[in-house]
Amino acid sequence: MIVLLGVLVVVIGFATKRNPLLVVGVAGIATGLLGGLSPGKVLAAFGNGFAGSRAVTIFAITLPVIGLLERYGLQEQARNLIARFAKLTTGRFLALYLGLRQIGAAVGLTNVFGHAQTVRPLAVPMAEGAAERKYGQLPHRTREKVRSFSASADNVGLFFGEDVFLAVGSILLITGFVNTTYGTHLEPLQLALWAIPTAVCAFVVHGWRLLRLDRQLERELLTAHVHDTAVVEAAK
Amino acid sequence: MIKAEWFYWLVGLIFLVMAVQMAADRSNPKRFGTGAFWGLIGAGFIYSSWVVTKQAPAEPLGVAVLAMACLAGFGFTGRGTPRTTTTEQRVASAAKLGNRLFIPALTIPVVAMACAIGVKHLSFGGEPVLEEGSETILGLGIGAVVALAVGMIILREKRISVPVQSGRSMLEAMGWAMLLPQMLATLGAIFQVSGVGDQVGKLTTSVLPKDSLYIAVVVYCVGMFAFTMIMGNAFAAFPVMTAAVGWPVLVGHFDGNAPAVLAIGMLAGFCGTLVTPMAANFNIVPAALLELKDQYGPIKAQLPTAGVLLGCNIVIMALFAF
Repeated sequence: MIVLLGVLVVVIGFATKRNPLLVVGVAGIATGLLGGLSPGKVLAAFGNGFAGSRAVTIFAITLPVIGLLERYGLQEQARNLIARFAKLTTGRFLALYLGLRQIGAAVGLTNVFGHAQTVRPLAVPMAEGAAERKYGQLPHRTREKVRSFSASADNVGLFFGEDVFLAVGSILLITGFVNTTYGTHLEPLQLALWAIPTAVCAFVVHGWRLLRLDRQLERELLTAHVHDTAVVEAAK
Repeated sequence: MIKAEWFYWLVGLIFLVMAVQMAADRSNPKRFGTGAFWGLIGAGFIYSSWVVTKQAPAEPLGVAVLAMACLAGFGFTGRGTPRTTTTEQRVASAAKLGNRLFIPALTIPVVAMACAIGVKHLSFGGEPVLEEGSETILGLGIGAVVALAVGMIILREKRISVPVQSGRSMLEAMGWAMLLPQMLATLGAIFQVSGVGDQVGKLTTSVLPKDSLYIAVVVYCVGMFAFTMIMGNAFAAFPVMTAAVGWPVLVGHFDGNAPAVLAIGMLAGFCGTLVTPMAANFNIVPAALLELKDQYGPIKAQLPTAGVLLGCNIVIMALFAF
């Protein structure tokens, strides 16, 4: 039971908003030592963990080209482009992005979209551009909200699309674990089919919330503008 | 054969070059700490190749990882003033270049797609062109390199230092968030070898009533959700919850449809991934990348969806898996 203290360290660390790197470092050392590992083994675990998980950081390879394009106005051009489609509101655009991300992941293209390569340079400026066309300059709080929802569209699309694809990590993990542990024979295809109902629910639920975002923005921004005008009136 | 390790070396090399630039950047008040942090990551990326093949000891890398955590965790890193264009210059440049700007950006997904679908099946002299099992990572890496070349040509940019500087300022903006996903993966591994999973499994089994199907379904799904939140990863929660509830109770005792139970159980775990800061690469890193003030912004946007979908998973499993 005492190894569960490591879990407690993580929960308390995040609850008290300590630096996450330190929280994770301390939790790892504590759990390892409580679990009976020697200090050398704990260090080796940190080393092996870093070496084995480099794939999650490989997206950094796209940063130079994205940075270069942003320097030459990629985000501005993304805004210009969205301005031509008058019917494409922020919510509709993000729902479309969600759908594309889900379909992409469902056919195995999990690295085609992503936060570094699509959300920051393209999706966020487009989502913001659609709102700006209607309401003008966005207040800071609204901008944060649009950006948070853009990130969420990418995550929800990825998570609930990828399991429909056979060769994705989680499907292979399920078949690998169950087939070796319980001596059965499950086929990836059977599992992938059962991921479809949840994928549909995810699109409906999150898509509906994204569409509703338009109404929220309207309410927020209209009151913000009324407030501004009121302040101006009062200043007169 | 094109190997994934080559791209890890390339990323390591880029980090090392940027680390030197960071240490030399006088506009950054913490330039030496920042340089040391990224230098260690860069060197670690390259050294890791030999750790993975067990030709080098992992302990020195472990020391380096903890040193990185301390550098960033105790505030020794900072960011300089990026040398970049003004908004006016960007608007003018966008007007001049127009939609040509999208060509390099679209090169990354097109190349990644081509690698994942087409090049994957090609072989040269009996060997596959792309290292097996790493096709999507290689697609992303090759796509980024090709896109950079295309971008330099389209923009008529001759100085390679320009994209490196731009990428560096994005890295500095992300700071410690960049290392967190790898740290969390490590924590997951330590939890595993220390037996955290077994303990959670025992706890779950001891509180679970054996005779109610619907309670068992809820315990399995909510357990996947909660344990994924703690571990930051549904892959870590899956073996634990499946060994405790999913297989012996739902499939064994209640005779459930195994593929349905397991696939939906995993998806219940994914709902947990949406709402935990432990899934840093999906929730905290994007907040840094999108320059949000509230690092929990994406989690807040995802919370209602995750809750509803957890409910959907429970209902789908209860209705269709038995």
